[in-house]
Amino acid sequence: MLSSTGIRRFAGVLMAGAFTFLTTGVLGDSAVTPGSKAAGMEACVAPTAEMRRNHMDYLKHDRIKTVRKGIRDIRNSLADCVDCHAAKNGSGGYAQIDSEGQFCDKCHNYMAVDLACFQCHRKTPGEEKLSQSALDGGNVDHRLGLLRDKDAPAALAADELVQLQAIVQED
Amino acid sequence: MGKHNDQPDGKRRQFIGGTILAAGAATVAPGILLTVAQATGESQGVSSDVRYGMLIDTDKCVADCTACVDACDKENGLDLQQKPKGQSDDDWNAQRPQWVRKVQLKDRQTGDITDLPMMCQHCEFPPCVDVCPTGASFRRADGIVMVDRHTCIGCRYCMMACPYKARSFIHQNVVNQLVAAPRGKGCVESCNFCVHRIDAGKMTTACQDACAKEGHQAIVFGDLKNPESEIASILREKNSRQIRADLELNTGVRYTDL
Repeated sequence: MLSSTGIRRFAGVLMAGAFTFLTTGVLGDSAVTPGSKAAGMEACVAPTAEMRRNHMDYLKHDRIKTVRKGIRDIRNSLADCVDCHAAKNGSGGYAQIDSEGQFCDKCHNYMAVDLACFQCHRKTPGEEKLSQSALDGGNVDHRLGLLRDKDAPAALAADELVQLQAIVQED
Repeated sequence: MGKHNDQPDGKRRQFIGGTILAAGAATVAPGILLTVAQATGESQGVSSDVRYGMLIDTDKCVADCTACVDACDKENGLDLQQKPKGQSDDDWNAQRPQWVRKVQLKDRQTGDITDLPMMCQHCEFPPCVDVCPTGASFRRADGIVMVDRHTCIGCRYCMMACPYKARSFIHQNVVNQLVAAPRGKGCVESCNFCVHRIDAGKMTTACQDACAKEGHQAIVFGDLKNPESEIASILREKNSRQIRADLELNTGVRYTDL
């Protein structure tokens, strides 16, 4: 009897431990978008809680350094945010980071805070990164003609750009 | 001896500046020393030990060649914008973003034609900075005049003030910007000597590379303050001119054979 109680207790502790582990795991994952580079990384440039609270100040502080003083090896770079947190879309490219349901939008929409960064800044990882990672998959045909060939950077033809703009302006 | 280069003597400005500085130092506080904390773990940023400038040999610049303009458009993502449907060519050309444009000069008396690229002249005393109501238009320590789009409100006062018509305004939404060149609707912009390249340690601009690739080599970019640099040595040996030197803005872009 004694031993079985012991086993039960031990099992209970194990279960509780596993439950706690899973819960924190789930909480940890919810901070990032599944399918983004950040999902496979241990931590951001600072702990998640700190980033949630202070990212806007960090970005604002470092943008002044970059633009005014030309210091580009800063810790808090918006381009790096996009690199890590943008999720892949179905067609081999990346989803725009501020589009509905994506990393920036999820919180900013919930908090009703306007996000002005991406009126000027690029919403997906850089051109060379895009063409590289898109080509890792190997199927070149499903890319809407954005990539001209394996070595050339991603590019839009003039008429494609006009179409894209028309789509963006509609919504 | 140095050649003629339209260099303003700047004595009046120095005198006024010196007087203000002396008055300021006297009234603020004797004995208080202002020190600037050094950033650690990061690069120190731009320094006034260098002043970037550009020298354009108008003899080598070829009519109808637009290599520099095209390279600039590509490098900075200016070609992301297209003429809106229904707009006339005249309207589009008057308002399109353009950081560098080709200009043709004709001497009415002799018929002599000169071609040259015209862009932000990166003045030491830039009128665009003087008039900016928000401080968005500024001059970096290394002499590059640029717009901080974070603070630009798009009032276009700087466009009015610039004697070189160097600035343009973005009228449309822009999508798919380049990482190195963020730009969007509602801000003024102009040539920034490919600042993302310079900060990355690359010492050429896109227009210079394109011009060299075409075999013209009309554009030389470099540090005006370094006597060893190519641009400084050419300026030492040849006559050069500033455009509208009468304004005494001490431009960073100089022209030879003009």
